[in-house]
Amino acid sequence: MVDFSLWDIVRNLLLAARWTVGLSLVAFIGGGVVGMLLLMLRLGKLPGVGPVVAAYVQVFQGIPLLVQLFLAYYGLGLFGINTSPWVAAGLGLTLYASAFLTEIWRGCVEAIPRGQWEASESLALNFYEQLRYVILPQAIKIAVPPTVGFLVQVIKGTALASVIGFMELTKVGKTIANATFSPFLVFSCVAILYFVLCYPISLYAKHLERRIHVHR
Amino acid sequence: MAVLAEWPLLLTGIAWTLALTAAAVVVGTLLGIGCAWVRGRGFGATLAPAWLQGLVGAYVELIRNTPFIVQLFFIFFGLPAAGFRLSAETASFIAMVVNLGAYATEIIRAGLEATPKGQMEAAHSLALTRSQTFVWVVLPPALKKVWPSLVSQIIIVMLGSSVCGQISTQELSYAADLIQTRTFRSFESFIVAGAIYLLLSIALRQFLNWAGAKFLFGRR
Repeated sequence: MVDFSLWDIVRNLLLAARWTVGLSLVAFIGGGVVGMLLLMLRLGKLPGVGPVVAAYVQVFQGIPLLVQLFLAYYGLGLFGINTSPWVAAGLGLTLYASAFLTEIWRGCVEAIPRGQWEASESLALNFYEQLRYVILPQAIKIAVPPTVGFLVQVIKGTALASVIGFMELTKVGKTIANATFSPFLVFSCVAILYFVLCYPISLYAKHLERRIHVHR
Repeated sequence: MAVLAEWPLLLTGIAWTLALTAAAVVVGTLLGIGCAWVRGRGFGATLAPAWLQGLVGAYVELIRNTPFIVQLFFIFFGLPAAGFRLSAETASFIAMVVNLGAYATEIIRAGLEATPKGQMEAAHSLALTRSQTFVWVVLPPALKKVWPSLVSQIIIVMLGSSVCGQISTQELSYAADLIQTRTFRSFESFIVAGAIYLLLSIALRQFLNWAGAKFLFGRR
């Protein structure tokens, strides 16, 4: 039997953590773009669009991320697309993140007093100008802390990509645990690495939140 | 549809999902109340010793900043190596309790800290002891205040239980995976499972909102 030193384990896990970070960024940025589009659709007040976006959010928040990833994995195959774990995990997590981000941001926009919309409308600003110059600058201020907080959710969510064969931190951890027969040590290391990734972001989100409340 | 023909498997899966969730909610919420009491400030000086506060703080932050699947693997694969052998179901239950406990701690603590100071002083002037004050005066309105957040967290835990299928707990997503291997209809299996989860999460939210208003906080 080959012996694994602690450094072998940690080094391989650190290499795998790159993919966790990469997938998190893809999902977070992709989710941000799609989420912003959905937010625009919802705020646009076109008839029938609002309920559709609401249903989209309800579906993605009411189905486990694990099942969403399986659906993305097998669903893409159904359309004849050759699914690599990268594509399936990236797509699944992007859609998941977009549903949560659009809901978070909608809350922030709704927290802006109605009078701001009315005042900007009475200044003859069109919908785009209202958003660009009046509503979004105020909404972004309160949207930053929960958005940063959600990044932690995304990082933790990428751990589920392991079940569709994406070689990120959790999957590599499981593989190493099987090879070394020391699951206690390996999964402790995996947990510590996730903690090292997530905890600073959590702290930063909390710090941002406190700063907003001080200003009020 | 071939997937729905396997309805006994789906029913077993739903039963396991709901049973695990129900058990984890009861124990996890109690754990959360206990930890919130240790961690919380703002309802009188905390009685808990500093080391206990530190321990609870570390527990909460550690759980909230690591993925549930890693916690589950640690308990199911890691602990046996350290001498605790657990069945898949027990490991799932423990993981869910530990996970919900940490989130519930933070949610309930927020409620406790919003208690007006006058409430404590009033209770004190009625000669209630510290523990009586906590159980009868501080806790009920705090729980009522944070009930919506707690309901959301309970639903997240219910959805999270799908991960427990990965260690062969026979809950709903495990049933879907099993049906998939029997029928080769992968996408359909998970569509059906997804639809059931969606219905469960909507129904559970309705039920908890109704039950919270009717049984837990409605009488005053």
